[in-house]
Amino acid sequence: MTTTTEAAPPQVVPLEAARKKRRKLTAYWLLLPGIAWLVVFFAIPMVYQGSTSLQTGSLEQGFKLTWHFATYWDALVEYKWHFVRSFSYAAIATVLCLAIGYPLAYTIAFKANQRWRNVILILVIAPFFTSFLIRTLAWKTILSDGGPVVGALNHLHLLALSDAVGLTSGHRVLATPLAVVCGLTYNFLPFMILPLYTSLERIDPRLHEAANDLYARPFTIFRKVTFPISLPGVVAGTLLTFIPASGDYINAQLLGSPSEQMVGNGIQKQFLNVLAYPTAAALSFILMALILGMVTVYMRKAGTEELV
Amino acid sequence: MELHEIADGLPEPVRKAWERSLTNGRAAMTRRTLLRATALAAGAGSLAACGIPPARTTSATGDSPVNSAKDLSDSEKVVNFSNWPLYIDVDDKNKDKHPSLDEFTAATGVKVRYNEDINDNVEFFGKVKPQLAAGQDTGRDLMVLTDWMAGKLIRLGWAQKLEMANVTTAITNLEARFRAPDWDPGRLYSYPWAGIQVVVAYNKKATKGKVVSSVSQLLDDPELKGRVTFLSEMRDTIGMVLLEQGKDPAKFTADDYNAAIARLQKGVDDKQIRKFTGNDYGQELSSGDIAACLAWGGDLIQLRADNPDIEFVIPDQGYVASTDNLLIPAKAQHKKNAERLIDFYYQPKIAAELTAGIGYVSPVTGVKDELVKLAPDAASNPLVIPTPEMAAKVHVFRSLTEAEESDFEEKFSRLIGA
Repeated sequence: MTTTTEAAPPQVVPLEAARKKRRKLTAYWLLLPGIAWLVVFFAIPMVYQGSTSLQTGSLEQGFKLTWHFATYWDALVEYKWHFVRSFSYAAIATVLCLAIGYPLAYTIAFKANQRWRNVILILVIAPFFTSFLIRTLAWKTILSDGGPVVGALNHLHLLALSDAVGLTSGHRVLATPLAVVCGLTYNFLPFMILPLYTSLERIDPRLHEAANDLYARPFTIFRKVTFPISLPGVVAGTLLTFIPASGDYINAQLLGSPSEQMVGNGIQKQFLNVLAYPTAAALSFILMALILGMVTVYMRKAGTEELV
Repeated sequence: MELHEIADGLPEPVRKAWERSLTNGRAAMTRRTLLRATALAAGAGSLAACGIPPARTTSATGDSPVNSAKDLSDSEKVVNFSNWPLYIDVDDKNKDKHPSLDEFTAATGVKVRYNEDINDNVEFFGKVKPQLAAGQDTGRDLMVLTDWMAGKLIRLGWAQKLEMANVTTAITNLEARFRAPDWDPGRLYSYPWAGIQVVVAYNKKATKGKVVSSVSQLLDDPELKGRVTFLSEMRDTIGMVLLEQGKDPAKFTADDYNAAIARLQKGVDDKQIRKFTGNDYGQELSSGDIAACLAWGGDLIQLRADNPDIEFVIPDQGYVASTDNLLIPAKAQHKKNAERLIDFYYQPKIAAELTAGIGYVSPVTGVKDELVKLAPDAASNPLVIPTPEMAAKVHVFRSLTEAEESDFEEKFSRLIGA
């Protein structure tokens, strides 16, 4: 291979270069639809939203761009606890998703035979066939005060324990932080399982055998072989769970009380009820910036070279 | 501030030095920096270009030709009607058929395109706002909005004045108490579709037989702690609390409002109040998760039919009522047909059919006599036909100025946690 290139006559080079140039252009042509999509549905709305966040006025008088940066600070001060709640609920839900999703994805990838594998995968995806809203509403029935779940938890005195920690209150689950976290965990679980499964499924089982031959115990195999290889899946899964969960407002709205509202609820109220578009836009930007910051730090720590 | 303005304010030597550096120093304008500056300026320009124009298109009283469109009623025998879900009578056998609408079509030859696309006043406002603000047709000829939102549309010049000659039945048969709301005195733009009453409801199984009869009890009774909900509709919840505090929702001050908010905030902080709900309180009230709450009259009829444990009480201090109103939006293309539909529903017989179907208060005089023939149960239900004692306790929430509205909504949003 190398010898042929070295032996190639010099006059071929320009031709090669032209072809290379054309190939380079092809890449841009292929990117065009994506870029157009991003410009229309991302860049332009972002500019518009950015402008809105710096305007002052009212719906009836109209809003004018006055470069009113104070809106950001005011919004942050007003909604600081909402941000804290959003990120802590999302973080807990992400950890729970990982704790539930990893063993499940592992089982599907390594333990289940072909037939069961498909059945379990379908079961994981099946809830997506119903609306997000309906799935969340269903939790209201499941966690109902007089329902079997709360009854059992009370019987085991577990709710007394979580009451003491502040996760629940009044020996019930609905309208407490626990309900919101449960809802978030449930709704975003498939986003964790699917990337985990894809990265686990790619692992060659022979690596396990090799590790076994080298006298590694099962836990060591998992710690030294399986988990490191599945790390890109873990990173993708946590991002796909954490980002939408921290912007979610449906779960807090339906399963929470006034003390569990998240930033998303604030944005929704500011946009639709108060009609304070600048505050709402500023909140959206702060949320985006904070998520971006956290994700950047996380990616630095976790490393993502193998993510793609 | 322009560059030269900054420069002019500087002492002479500093200014000279600055000019020098701009022309040949490190900050000199090269082609590249000029390009970059232009790009930045263009970016700022595009930011500046997207201010949001005032929503108001005409003066408040203006019955301007601006908001009307060419009326195609005579050539196109249709009317596009947007309403809330489950807010019209349905045929027993076929849920998609609405007998009263069919009768309208039979009587007038006008076909009704009926859409249940209004779920929430503000959400719907958000949906139609872009067209209305741009002076375009929304594709709807008739919409049903709660009075404060109807008032807002009228104030913004987004509703069309009705042609009185086309709504004579409605003028004659409208109940006296609905004739002069402060947001549409004389009913020039709107006619009520149905009236809504806010009452106190409770599940007697969940309260173990205890009667819950007042807003004070909702807010203070320790036995109800964590099992009480209020409505997320600001006017209904605040109105009831104002009444509890001995204030009149029709003429309260900002201080009264703040006091009501503070009263509710205490309930939230003490965890007495579980949450603020829309229509979704029904399921939880029925299951007993909610022991007592503020509820809407029409919902209760349905809930009580399914669960006899649910009871309601009109507090001694009174209750808040509002109406949902038929309104013709600006630029609607079938205005006359829409007016004929409004007028049609003001015949007592048709109104009775509607009332029997939905269980909300009818604004039409003489509906009781017709309802007795059609649905005797409904006719004797105070939630449908308020008794004179009840009618004496009814209060309406006054309309708010724009400044008040954003201030009050802001405070209420904070109360409900968002």
